[in-house]
Amino acid sequence: MNFLIEAVQWLFSPERLEGSNPIPLRLEEHLFYTFFSVIVAALIAIPLGFYIGHTGKGRDFAVGLSGAARALPSFGLILLLVLLIGVTQVQLQLAAITAFVLLAIPSILAGAYAGIEAVDRRVIDAARAVGMTEWQILWKVEVPLGLPLLIGGLRAATLQVVATATLAAYVGLGGLGIYIFRGLPLQRYDEMLGSALLIAALALVLDGIFALIQQFAVPRGVSAGRAKDVRTSSTRRRAVAAKPAQERRG
Amino acid sequence: MIEFRAVTKRFPDGTVAVEDFNLVIPSRKITVFVGSSGSGKTTLLRMINRMVDPTDGDIEIDGDSIMSKEPVALRRSIGYVMQNSGLLPHFKVIDNVTTVPMLNGVPKKQAREQALELLDTVGLSRSIADRYPSQLSGGQQQRVGVARGLAANPNILLMDEPFGAVDPIVRAELQQETIRLQHELDKTIVFVTHDIDEAFLLGDQVVILEKGAKIAQVGSPNEIMAAPASDFVANFIGTDRGKRALTLKKTEAGTILVDSEGRGAGVLVGGSESA
Repeated sequence: MNFLIEAVQWLFSPERLEGSNPIPLRLEEHLFYTFFSVIVAALIAIPLGFYIGHTGKGRDFAVGLSGAARALPSFGLILLLVLLIGVTQVQLQLAAITAFVLLAIPSILAGAYAGIEAVDRRVIDAARAVGMTEWQILWKVEVPLGLPLLIGGLRAATLQVVATATLAAYVGLGGLGIYIFRGLPLQRYDEMLGSALLIAALALVLDGIFALIQQFAVPRGVSAGRAKDVRTSSTRRRAVAAKPAQERRG
Repeated sequence: MIEFRAVTKRFPDGTVAVEDFNLVIPSRKITVFVGSSGSGKTTLLRMINRMVDPTDGDIEIDGDSIMSKEPVALRRSIGYVMQNSGLLPHFKVIDNVTTVPMLNGVPKKQAREQALELLDTVGLSRSIADRYPSQLSGGQQQRVGVARGLAANPNILLMDEPFGAVDPIVRAELQQETIRLQHELDKTIVFVTHDIDEAFLLGDQVVILEKGAKIAQVGSPNEIMAAPASDFVANFIGTDRGKRALTLKKTEAGTILVDSEGRGAGVLVGGSESA
């Protein structure tokens, strides 16, 4: 219990805003690594996921990749990339961000293709039969209906990267992990636990924000089905699968 | 007029869904494809708007081969109504109905006005225009589906078991509406069903299909009932048993028609009662 009190005291000490390691600066770095990596990963994984979801091609590849990438040791990945890329400041950043992107891709990819895959085939068939082009089917039907699962994928990816971005400090890139790696050799447990608490809190806040976005991403007609004025229970599968994307994978 | 010429469809897995199929579908009439599952009736229907392309043979609409037409444009010029309505769940009713006109570039305001009129035409209240499909009953959804099929004012309307998923009372209502709409709007309707009663009720021309889309018999309901072409047809339409095999029976109260079980099925009316 003492540890915890000391950790909280460390966290809320006025000194945390001063010196060479003020928390706001490190928080900013941490958030930068997180969002930059997730955005880059999204730019790669979303188009790929949409392609796989729409055409059904490469589905096995995506499933395999998502599963295999889960087993990637993030620490080892960063060290390996540093060895491969180099040790100047820019090269270190490139290595770290590359590692975070690689970690974020599987969840986003799975969310993107699972979202489209979960759309009722009959709805897509009908859209095609009335004369929508493949692009129109993708953008007007599949993407809106698959959006909640895609957001779920982004949510899982962000959560994973925000936790892993702690390792950026190990290769001297700052972020909130700096307190942990600084405190470790000095056995300053208040500092290590305090910053760990901060990272956990940050993760929870981000997760909460994504949970809200996910709620709003459910298209209105789809959520309207749950309203009281429904006359008959629809037998159609809802586009929003009950489970978030990250749980759908084996 | 839609004409099938020696049409064959072989799926990549080797299944032959349709083999050497020839048929003329007259304009401004209801033609019904009826058969059990696996008879290829839906495949035939979907070939008309190129949702399925034939492996061999040709299909012509008013003398023009559909194979020379761009599938998307062809589909927009043909109405399509499917089972479970196939409405887009995230579009309001009005947006579902205006989908095709909007794709064709009709201005939004004009498309919406036409859509509201179409809701009248298919017997729906305009007040549901801003609802989502999931807030409607099955019968209402199906009516919206028909309104969407009619929205681009196509000459041809394809209906793929449209009333298969609604309860019998609503189905009877929708069948009558289909007949009324056909009389009012004069469309060429191609209708697929597995229900022979529905086929006889709606069809001007009924096409009874065996496995592999082999035509067992084509004709008006009366022609088919009067002279089933084969045992298969007789069995399918039920003249060899049950309610369509009626005989006259004199009772003390008068003459009635009875089915093969001897149960009363109706009476003869008009001048033929003495027969």
